Amino acid sequence: MSNTELAQSVDSKSPIESFYDVMRRQGISRRSFIKYCSLTATALGLGPAFVGKIAYAMENKPRIPVLWLHGLECTCCSESFIRSAHPLAKDVILSMISLDYDDTIMAAAGQQAEAIIDETIEKYDGNFILAVEGNTPLNQDGMSCIIAGKPFHHQIERVAKHCKAIISWGSCASWGCVQAARPNPTQATPTHKLITDKPIIKVPGCPPIAEVMTGVITYMVTFDKMPTLDRQGRPKMFYSQRIHDKCYRRPHFDAGQFVEEFDDENAKKGYCLYKVGCKGPTTYNACSTIRWNEGTSFPIQAGHGCIGCSEDGFWDKGSFYDRLTDVHGFGVEADADEIGLAVAGATGVAIAVHAAASALKSAKNNHDNNIGE
Amino acid sequence: MSTKKMSSAIGDLDSSGIESTIEAVYVYEAPVRLWHWVNAGAITVLALTGYFIGSPLPSMSGEASDFYVMGYIRFFHFVAAYVFAIGMIGRIYWAFVGNGHAKQLFVPPLLKKSWWREVWHEARWYAFLEKEPNKYVGHNPLASLFMFLMFVVGSIFMIFTGFALYAEGQGTDSWWYDAFAGWLIPLFGQSQDVHTWHHLGMWFILTFVIIHIYAAIREDVMSRQSLVSTMISGWRTWKDDRR
Ligand code: HEM
Ligand code: HEM
Ligand code: SF4
Ligand code: SF4
Repeated sequence: MSNTELAQSVDSKSPIESFYDVMRRQGISRRSFIKYCSLTATALGLGPAFVGKIAYAMENKPRIPVLWLHGLECTCCSESFIRSAHPLAKDVILSMISLDYDDTIMAAAGQQAEAIIDETIEKYDGNFILAVEGNTPLNQDGMSCIIAGKPFHHQIERVAKHCKAIISWGSCASWGCVQAARPNPTQATPTHKLITDKPIIKVPGCPPIAEVMTGVITYMVTFDKMPTLDRQGRPKMFYSQRIHDKCYRRPHFDAGQFVEEFDDENAKKGYCLYKVGCKGPTTYNACSTIRWNEGTSFPIQAGHGCIGCSEDGFWDKGSFYDRLTDVHGFGVEADADEIGLAVAGATGVAIAVHAAASALKSAKNNHDNNIGE
Repeated sequence: MSTKKMSSAIGDLDSSGIESTIEAVYVYEAPVRLWHWVNAGAITVLALTGYFIGSPLPSMSGEASDFYVMGYIRFFHFVAAYVFAIGMIGRIYWAFVGNGHAKQLFVPPLLKKSWWREVWHEARWYAFLEKEPNKYVGHNPLASLFMFLMFVVGSIFMIFTGFALYAEGQGTDSWWYDAFAGWLIPLFGQSQDVHTWHHLGMWFILTFVIIHIYAAIREDVMSRQSLVSTMISGWRTWKDDRR
């Protein structure tokens, strides 16, 4: 899509207030606003020169309406979002979102709330962003998630038809997450498998990091376009490195210094958690750089391996505490070494038997030949 | 005429091509033999280091800066991986420029009925149902089938999954990532799945190696032709002069 003019087209319609207007109306001071801009520039990995650019965009660009829908989910994405490092970030972004639709945190309820959706669609047809938290169950006619008296898929399909672009918040909307874990009884379906005709930004994580969420939105507002996505639809600026690539315990990994058990001496020393199942080497996320809760810590810093929460199907890879994870589909659940040893072992036994039979045959042939001569 | 005829003059992979008068045939040219043993060495190193990447050695204690155990294990895995991959490319090149037998590994005549009959005959020989195996200048048809299905397919699988994992280490903005990882990882699901399949691939190749070495030694003893010495000197010799 021509995502470069996300906002321009909004421009041409009725005069809409800017983010800054909204913020001022919410009682946010100019000083706090500038602080927010510089923090966001840092979070996006942009230089100081961009602070002004962000401030300018926020002051002058029309606010892009966002409808935030909730499907089958646990609300951890919203919880994460409202805890973003700088208290303002959430105020800023929330003020803009709550004005439209977010059934968890908006003031309106019932008929009134649903009316907001109709209104937004009517007013900003093709020009608003649809943010989805959670996914869509399709089995049992979608009865596992009822919004305003109807299965959720009615709502998401209708809204998606009129939106400009979709943000899939969290692993639920991006991949399926726990609702979609085997055997996925409700057929919980991630956004991109349901809606195929709109650009979708995946922001996986269970939940995603707050600064990543606000960063994605701010980027879109500031630059009037979608962030650069990788092949799987994740914003490159936050998902192009593995936890392992920037993990502060990495020197212990390279040295071969591992925690063997959670209560051993090595755990106290802060060695690498690879052997107790850390999924850092296979997980693309920004935890080891941005960290959590105002940059306080992240799981590995707290002594627990990464469980790979931002990866597709992380619930179905066996124990969080095993390095080698299970393979399904052979009618058994076993890791690669268990399967391999069984196959190679069986081959070895078969060969031993075959070798013995061959030796017997050779002996017999020699015997026969000797008699024959 | 010399009893040692160049194999190119025979160029025939069937048993019917063998005249009883031929004492020895030059089958595996030097590059093929060199490749065979270098490749076997590389796979040994890959399997050993790969196993320890999956299940690392007991933890070291002391200063992290004094050790690089996991680092070296991974380093040797990658060195052997390059040897393995470049060797494979070289071997494929040789299939084009080498003698007829150099092609056999890559192109088993899967559509030829008579060839399948010989596969069957060879299988019966292994099942102790035939008194004698046929003679073959190149690989016997069963060996050829099995080398293709397990070794060639398995190796290509390992090279692609291996370089996809390697690309992850090189970074998502690297050339490697675009070439191997970007499309391959989603195909398997996620990175962890690629690790698991790469690991299973090791056992697939090891199963080939076990059977291959057993068969090579067994046939060296029990068949009517030379095997192990052929892969060393290049010359195939015969133990009898019947057809
Ligand atoms: C016959 C050939 C090979 C064998 C038997 C082999 C075996 C293995 C095994 C068992 C693992 C551990 C997997 C896990 O549980 O995480 C591994 C990891 C790996 N292999 Fe291979 N491999 C082979 C070829 C290659 C090739 C050609 C490459 C290409 C560079 C490669 C690159 C890697 C990488 C990058 C890893 C992951 C290392 C890490 O996570 O630190 N392998 N290999
Ligand atoms: C990792 C270990 C090994 C691998 C992957 C391997 C693989 C192969 C392959 C691919 C070929 C076909 C060569 C070609 O057509 O270019 C071959 C042939 C052969 N290999 Fe190996 N090999 C291994 C180890 C060994 C060992 C240890 C021996 C000795 C006991 C051996 C004996 C032979 C023989 C005798 C042939 C020729 C078979 C024939 O004439 O039909 N190999 N091997
Ligand atoms: S703790 Fe996890 S992410 Fe950190 S170095 Fe070890 S394996 Fe990698
Ligand atoms: S460290 Fe891993 S499991 Fe924890 S939040 Fe980050 S990606 Fe998710």
